[in-house]
Amino acid sequence: MAEEERRHTIVVLVDNEPGVLARVIGLFSGRGYNIESLTVAQVDKVRAQSRINIVTTGTELVIEQIKALLGKLVPVHRVQDLTIEGPHVERELALVKVLGDREQLVRALRIADFMHARLVDSSPESFVFEMTGTSDELDAFISLVEPVEVSRAGVVAIGRGRTVLASNGA
Amino acid sequence: MTAATLAPAAVDTQSMTGSQVVLRALVEQGVDTIFGYPGGAVLPLYDAIFQQDKIRHVLVRHEQAAVHAAEGYARSTGKVGVVLVTSGPGATNTVTGLTDALMDSVPIVCLTGQVPTHMIGNDAFQEADTVGITRPCTKHNYLVKRPEDLARVMHEAFHVARSGRPGPVVIDLPKNIQMGKAVYQGKDEVRHRSYHPRREPDAERIEQAIEMIARAERPVFYVGGGLVNAGHEACALLTELVHETGYPITQTLMGLGAYPGSDPQSLGMLGMHGTYEANLAMYHCDVMVCIGARFDDRVTGRLDGFSPGSKKIHIDIDPSSINKNIAVDVSVVADAVEAVGALLAAWRRRSNSVSRDKVAPWWGQIEEWRKKDSLRFRQDGAGIKPQTAIRRLYEATRESDVYVTTDVGQHQMWAAQHFTFEKPMRWLTSGGLGTMGYGFPAALGVQMAHPDATVLCISGDASWVMNMQEMSTAIQYRLPVKTFILNNSYMGMVRQWQDFFHGQRHASSYMESLPDFVKLAEAFGATGLRATTVEELDQVIATALATDGPVLVDVVVDREENVYPMIPGGAAHNEIKLSPEDEGQHEAISEEGMVLV
Repeated sequence: MAEEERRHTIVVLVDNEPGVLARVIGLFSGRGYNIESLTVAQVDKVRAQSRINIVTTGTELVIEQIKALLGKLVPVHRVQDLTIEGPHVERELALVKVLGDREQLVRALRIADFMHARLVDSSPESFVFEMTGTSDELDAFISLVEPVEVSRAGVVAIGRGRTVLASNGA
Repeated sequence: MTAATLAPAAVDTQSMTGSQVVLRALVEQGVDTIFGYPGGAVLPLYDAIFQQDKIRHVLVRHEQAAVHAAEGYARSTGKVGVVLVTSGPGATNTVTGLTDALMDSVPIVCLTGQVPTHMIGNDAFQEADTVGITRPCTKHNYLVKRPEDLARVMHEAFHVARSGRPGPVVIDLPKNIQMGKAVYQGKDEVRHRSYHPRREPDAERIEQAIEMIARAERPVFYVGGGLVNAGHEACALLTELVHETGYPITQTLMGLGAYPGSDPQSLGMLGMHGTYEANLAMYHCDVMVCIGARFDDRVTGRLDGFSPGSKKIHIDIDPSSINKNIAVDVSVVADAVEAVGALLAAWRRRSNSVSRDKVAPWWGQIEEWRKKDSLRFRQDGAGIKPQTAIRRLYEATRESDVYVTTDVGQHQMWAAQHFTFEKPMRWLTSGGLGTMGYGFPAALGVQMAHPDATVLCISGDASWVMNMQEMSTAIQYRLPVKTFILNNSYMGMVRQWQDFFHGQRHASSYMESLPDFVKLAEAFGATGLRATTVEELDQVIATALATDGPVLVDVVVDREENVYPMIPGGAAHNEIKLSPEDEGQHEAISEEGMVLV
């Protein structure tokens, strides 16, 4: 039995109804599982479905348990473990504020250029950068520019290739 | 609205009130009895109940008891139990019952009143966030905010409660939804979008399982409440499978009655207070076939010492019960009726090639363990041993149509050990949550469903007091439940653990100032009886069973008796203690075991 903890990205397709996010979060808090990151947004207006992306860590048994428990929630249509079920793309967005004098700001701008972050707000003493990338890339950028404030959106993910996550049935 | 207006033909479905829609949905779902307590936020529903005669309402004296009564009704019939309570305190008082039903997989639909939708969130009088509070203690819950959702939610709730792994569902009904106009939809018009639990087993997994079962030399079936939930047919199929294989079987606390308890292949209950032969068979088996049980900590003992040499097959309808505590070799997610039926068919296809002789040495070993007679006790002197009380009660009722409920503690374990059940749905106890106060209201629910049956509540002096107000309900509805309190003036199981693990310091486990139970029964208008000697015991049991109406029997038992066998917390099955004479037992418990409950 694999005892070491591993990071998993799990996506969940749910009915967009009141309380559904509380059910998902309650499941994690009630049973003491980790949530590293969680994002949710409606992705299908016609069917009123939302997609929740969860990044969690746990042993193989714990991850299996998390997926089974998510699958049992009544408003849940599908649960997919992208970490196991084939290659996938993960992205995260961050807004990063840097303060400083001209010299410090120019230095930050150079790093941003090099790492493909965009300048989205500026004042004589401050820059706000927008960066999209993997969580590791964001971590690297943030450690380099020494920001005063960071806002991160959390991980969104999708499978590569032709595989599609869709609800079963209606 | 009159009774006739509930009949489909006579109803104008366009001009019903929300309350009428609720009642019509209940009728269409086959509900004949609901347990509840009124209040401001459910007055429209109570008014609608008053004006019809298809559904009986049973007025309990505390909302917790309404849920336990509905559990008793549900578990003794296989139907969904229904509860109706008001908002705020009415709803919060159901939380213990709902959690109990969730842990023990009992199908319940609980209707709670709520303040009108426009007042939700204003801290209105008797407002509580019922869906928020009950989210972790229900299988699912709903707040109905639009009248057009009402009929659909009602039908969905019943479907969710009874299908898959059954459980409690709450529907929170704001008062204006009950009073306003709503349109009825029949249950066949409702199909759930996302909830479709799997019933059919995977054929390949069944083949793998039967292969393992056929090759086994030291097999054991380990079955639980899931099999009882799956119904009489599932239990009958399992009994055939066990007979045809000739293998031994052990039942969990919740599974008692799933297989005839007096059958020679039954090893009795396993787990913390299970029999020696059941626990050692689990420890030493080479193939374990778990059906409708969940490897609960009361069953497994120390996980790394649990059945170390066996291949394990786990059949359960709940995918999250698989590999939760114990990693298994073959898992089958399915309804037990389907899965056991498939196993039986697969077994019959190959049974000619399986020799019964190969398990003969295993049975020889089991018979050796059986000789320990691990449930033995010494009835000496005139005083009543609690085990004697259970045995005598069993002997006095074994020929009748009997149902038994219990509360929680020593009496519960003695009842499980010494009362034998031949059929499913006859034994009702709070297994998962361990709710003191469950037994008496549950017995009332059983008696409502089975008016002519003998319904026994075996309780303790501490447990019974927790929901004793329900004696009023028993009187009001003339429910002739016979309650036997094994009175040792202690919270016996707490006292036992304090004796074993906490230096015999009896912190708050001595029941000072107990009521006179005989007078208490009489104060309610029931019959009270008392037995203090074995001789009196037989007389009192006979009198109680012959008395019309509810009877409360105060059975004064040996105060210091402990429940054996016992696997101490943090120990493995082979570390089972049989009696106080078993050496070194109190020192044996590890610090790791001490923290376990």
